[in-house]
Amino acid sequence: MDSAKGPACKKLSLYGSEFDSRFLIGSAQYPSPAILLDAITASHAGIVTVSLRREAGKDGAGQQFWSLIQQSGARLLPNTAGCKTVKEAVNTAHMARELFDTRWIKLEVIGEDDTLQPDVFGLVEAARILCAEGFQVFPYTTDDLVVADKLLAAGCEVLMPWGSPIGSGRGLNNPFALRALRAHFPDTTLVVDAGIGLPSQTTQAMELGYDAILLNTAVAKAGDPVAMARAFAQAIEAGRLAFLAGAIEARDMAAPSTPVLGSPFWHSEHEQ
Amino acid sequence: MKVEIIGSGVSGLCCAHAFAERGCEVSIIAASDALDSTCCSWWAGGMLAPGCEGESAEPLIATLGVESMAFWQAIAPDYTTAGTLVVATSRDQPLINNFARNTEGWQRVEGKQVHQLEPDLAERFNCGLFFTDEAHLDPRQALAHLINTLKKSGVSFEQRQIDDAPGNDYHSAADWIIDCRGLGAQQTLTDLRGVKGEMLHIHSDEIALKRPVRLLHPRIPLYIVPRAKGVFMIGATMIESTERTRASVRSVLELLSAAYALHPAFGEATIIEIGVEARPAFTDNLPRLRRRGKTLSVNGMYRHGFLAAPAMARRCVEFALDGIIPPEVMDENTA
Repeated sequence: MDSAKGPACKKLSLYGSEFDSRFLIGSAQYPSPAILLDAITASHAGIVTVSLRREAGKDGAGQQFWSLIQQSGARLLPNTAGCKTVKEAVNTAHMARELFDTRWIKLEVIGEDDTLQPDVFGLVEAARILCAEGFQVFPYTTDDLVVADKLLAAGCEVLMPWGSPIGSGRGLNNPFALRALRAHFPDTTLVVDAGIGLPSQTTQAMELGYDAILLNTAVAKAGDPVAMARAFAQAIEAGRLAFLAGAIEARDMAAPSTPVLGSPFWHSEHEQ
Repeated sequence: MKVEIIGSGVSGLCCAHAFAERGCEVSIIAASDALDSTCCSWWAGGMLAPGCEGESAEPLIATLGVESMAFWQAIAPDYTTAGTLVVATSRDQPLINNFARNTEGWQRVEGKQVHQLEPDLAERFNCGLFFTDEAHLDPRQALAHLINTLKKSGVSFEQRQIDDAPGNDYHSAADWIIDCRGLGAQQTLTDLRGVKGEMLHIHSDEIALKRPVRLLHPRIPLYIVPRAKGVFMIGATMIESTERTRASVRSVLELLSAAYALHPAFGEATIIEIGVEARPAFTDNLPRLRRRGKTLSVNGMYRHGFLAAPAMARRCVEFALDGIIPPEVMDENTA
């Protein structure tokens, strides 16, 4: 490999912390907290995202659930899920810092209710505010290069572009854009976040050189969430290994250019 | 044998019924000596839907549910077996397939069949899942009826607040204390957590439903249960929180928007009341029977109070009177 840093480095590095697993798992929508905990164990994820609904933060009303997740031993990444304005997102980040005693924040500023598409303008502004306040921001963004650039300029060291809209299970909607993003920011930690439905899609993202995968619904709503968590763990690992191993280039067999053994050379001349 | 029951939600009342039926001298200590409006059961949906619940619940809930349904059928005057209809908007059709994959006891219904089941929904939804064997009841009516039956059979009600947790400083002359306080027992059952639920009762004469209808949605799943005289129960949120007094604007907006998406006639309905409570739940969302000395706790009913309480009450009585241990729900038996 050409570099010991960036996408080729051995462990996943996020704001100076290193993780063996390249799987970040969400904690919403499971049939029960017990199944959630089993799924986290099966996923080997080192990081669990926690949606902080602001009302649950008041008077520690949601504390019991968070304590349960903390039992998993994984590091918590609180998120600002459902926030639609910069102010909401910043307030939620403040609350998360207080509740979970962490500078990490997964920043979501939602611009469209239906697709849950990020409001990239609000996202950049919120990222600038939070980075200036010392937060370590994990922005949930689109695959737009210019937005990515502005997020980095705002102080983000990690980018989390979507595969496709949250919960859609459509996989990588635009592999070309994701490849371009990887190529433009070879030294930035890039995590595909959202839209994943199948393990093979995470393999595809990892083969593109992405550093990690964040997903929730595809595991939580699977018929057997624990088995699906295991499947994703293996698929992510497979994609990572494939990326490091260096894949062969695909060749276009529809336009043969080399002589084929067993076919007389005049045969092809004849046809011309 | 003297039995003291603490709490008059669905668990407490079902336990009282089960012990009284076996000839025990039963008294109930609760926040109210009549129908209690301060417990989860007051706000329950009253859907007896073991099939649909199987989408996210462990199979044990279906086992308890089928037992409990026989109890309600015998005791609740308005018990109705009309099944459950599960629908989704055209863009959310994949959710129907997910739901079907994770449940049993349904048949697919389309066009004419949806029209036959729920004529008012036929124009808007042309396919869904029909869980034929499921039932529903009006929880307040069912509990009021149960309370009358208990009073007639000699069960006494005492209105008293229990501050001291049983097992600590609580003294009683009874042979068994049955603790059915739900989330109120959190001090003794420390692994109990609250799952906040918000719901509404609305009234509309413009639409009629014969059975509970579930509208699937990736973020805001909704159920609507028809009650008598044009009243509908709309529920319910599921939020990891012990907060039990304030319904949020967001939750109410989401529930009402989902109802509106089910049928625009709900836009003209009137709001009767908005309810909020925190359901008591253990980590696996399954109910438990726990014995500590002469206290038996029946708790963790989560969103399955009516579906599980009669079956749990039977297990509680069989343990107390016959010594039969129900391994599927009993995780502590400390003499």
